[in-house]
Amino acid sequence: MKTLEELQAIRDRMKGQMNNRAAADESDYRVVVGMATCGIAAGARNTLSALTQEIEQKRLENVVVSQTGCIGICKYEPIVEVFEQGKEKVTYIHVDAERARQIVAGHIINGKPITEYTYNYAVREEK
Amino acid sequence: MLERAHILVCGGTGCTSGKSNEIYAELSKHLKENELDKEVKLIMTGCFGLCAKGPIVVVYPDGTFYQHVKPTDAEEIVNEHILKGRVVERLLNDDKSAGTDEVKSFNETPFYKSQRRVVLKNCGVIDPENIDEYLAYDGYLAYQKAVTEMQPQDVIDVLKKSGLRGRGGGGFPTGLKWQFARDSKSDQKYVVCNADEGDPGAFMDRSVLEGDPHALIEAMMIAGYAIGADKGYVYVRAEYPIAVRRLQIAIQQALEYGILGNNIMGTGHSFTLELRLGAGAFVCGEETALLNSTEGKRGEPRQRPPFPAVKGLFQKPTLINNVETYANIPTILLKGADWFASMGTEKSKGTKVFALGGKIKNTGLVEIPMGTTLRTIVEEIGGGIPNGKRFKAAQTGGPSGGCIPAALIDTPIDYDNLISIGSMMGSGGLIVMDEDNCMVDIAKFFLEFTVDESCGKCTPCRIGNKRLYEILEKITKGEATMKDLDKMEELCYYIKENSLCGLGQTAPNPVISTYRYFKDEYIAHVRDKKCPSGVCKALTSYEIIPEKCVGCGLCKRVCPVGAISGEIREKHVIDPDKCIKCGACIASCKKNAIKK
Repeated sequence: MKTLEELQAIRDRMKGQMNNRAAADESDYRVVVGMATCGIAAGARNTLSALTQEIEQKRLENVVVSQTGCIGICKYEPIVEVFEQGKEKVTYIHVDAERARQIVAGHIINGKPITEYTYNYAVREEK
Repeated sequence: MLERAHILVCGGTGCTSGKSNEIYAELSKHLKENELDKEVKLIMTGCFGLCAKGPIVVVYPDGTFYQHVKPTDAEEIVNEHILKGRVVERLLNDDKSAGTDEVKSFNETPFYKSQRRVVLKNCGVIDPENIDEYLAYDGYLAYQKAVTEMQPQDVIDVLKKSGLRGRGGGGFPTGLKWQFARDSKSDQKYVVCNADEGDPGAFMDRSVLEGDPHALIEAMMIAGYAIGADKGYVYVRAEYPIAVRRLQIAIQQALEYGILGNNIMGTGHSFTLELRLGAGAFVCGEETALLNSTEGKRGEPRQRPPFPAVKGLFQKPTLINNVETYANIPTILLKGADWFASMGTEKSKGTKVFALGGKIKNTGLVEIPMGTTLRTIVEEIGGGIPNGKRFKAAQTGGPSGGCIPAALIDTPIDYDNLISIGSMMGSGGLIVMDEDNCMVDIAKFFLEFTVDESCGKCTPCRIGNKRLYEILEKITKGEATMKDLDKMEELCYYIKENSLCGLGQTAPNPVISTYRYFKDEYIAHVRDKKCPSGVCKALTSYEIIPEKCVGCGLCKRVCPVGAISGEIREKHVIDPDKCIKCGACIASCKKNAIKK
């Protein structure tokens, strides 16, 4: 027999897992990973797993992780774009598992985009 | 690990008949082949509601809605959408692909936008065979709240304040019913669920059982606590195999978790639940007949009073509610009576689920706040009438209900409005009819059903309805006189007033209401010997218009009885003595040269 506490523990655990069945438009953040051939070849699958793991561990409920096709700047893959309600999207490039975890911590939890990893930053540097 | 995507396959009865089991198996196979089975979760859910577009597959987190999916499409969905993130556009819902590039979440489409899902909130969202998923959406929290924080009387007071009324048809205030059952003194009481959904075309209870069976269990446990009963029965029809199986799984899981049984979760409250399978007699949806059948007796109604709340199952006080009524209760306890009462009209609170069928584009299951107009249901949610035909009437309440004519399409739908226009809420079947439907024929169809299903215990129903049916048959054959119409009306009221149970008391309703709103059609059948919609075969004749006929010979070739004669490039004619009025010639003619 399960006690009231044990049932509550199941509820909490399952809530995290069911989170991505909420409609995308109800979340504060939408994190999109480029998963075209170019992205996958550059390791986007690892990036994606790192993102989802991190979000579950930190119990973030206002984030949806989604995927998309080729974003068009294949040499910068893996690419992750963060859409925040009411703000302009931020495009991150060369996102490996480590960068993905930093983005979750920096951008989504603390609300500060990590400028050095963005596309705009890279383009400025190259000039 | 958290999966990055969830693929939901509809496992309702409609989509299952469209091979959704095979789709599930194929998806599973291709996910494994691509080593995605650890990253992506595949779930079989209950009904999504848009049965016309089934089988349905939804992919989260983006909420992409795929329609008319075939098992052979599974490979493309996995390879394109899941592996590469490219939406398979050819399978998208039409409402979305039109106009915009952006793939919107399906909640934004017209079919879902005007709906408000309370009863169906978990249908098409959770895996009904996994109790943990139900728990994730605050499952069994309402029961926990009731048992640990509230007195039984408090629970009933919340229901009374919420204004919830019985969803099975009668619309009796639920709180009051619970109060009667609570106030009856006895050593043993029972909680019963009426899941014997027999109306032709109604399937909302089935969908709740298939999509969210734990909600019913939880509500019945709350009822047990409130009225002081420790035993419950669910009477469900055996024709609902998927619903029965999921309910059995749910009960088993609840037992394993100690949610059903003795001293539940250590709270001191006990409750057990048993299933009773009905053999599909319509009369067993009537509560006293249902109780007889549950006891193992013949399914015949009992005299009321005494009402079940006083003497019900095994002569003990019994609370009996319908599936949809129960399914509202956990949410009411969690969100409060005021929240529930904020939806709906003055005397009808909350939402109602309708099974939308007939001449409508989006056949399916819809849940709307009470007070929504018929126009919103038909034109917005239902997507209108196919083939540009004109809306004629909607039938609510199945064989016990009546019709709402086009002139009253702006009536806000609630219990009292429907009664005042001569129809009734019933359990929630809503059949849309267009100009091609003959109202006399519709009334005859429903009456044929009740004549068939009458249990035979009382004479007004057994013989009265049979005679009524015979009059309708005379009318549709063009053999009736104006006197027959008067007799028909008189007989209707006689049956209503003198029948023993709800079946007989409501059986003439389809006749009464069609006669009230479409009297001219009845008169056309009787006096002019014409069926204005061309449905009643005895009253229609087929004719070829000579000016339009080009003599192509198509109709001659399709006619199954060889009633059409004529040489190629000459005018053709139909021999009325041979014609069986099947309509095959009309369907074949490219020049619209044949008229009824």
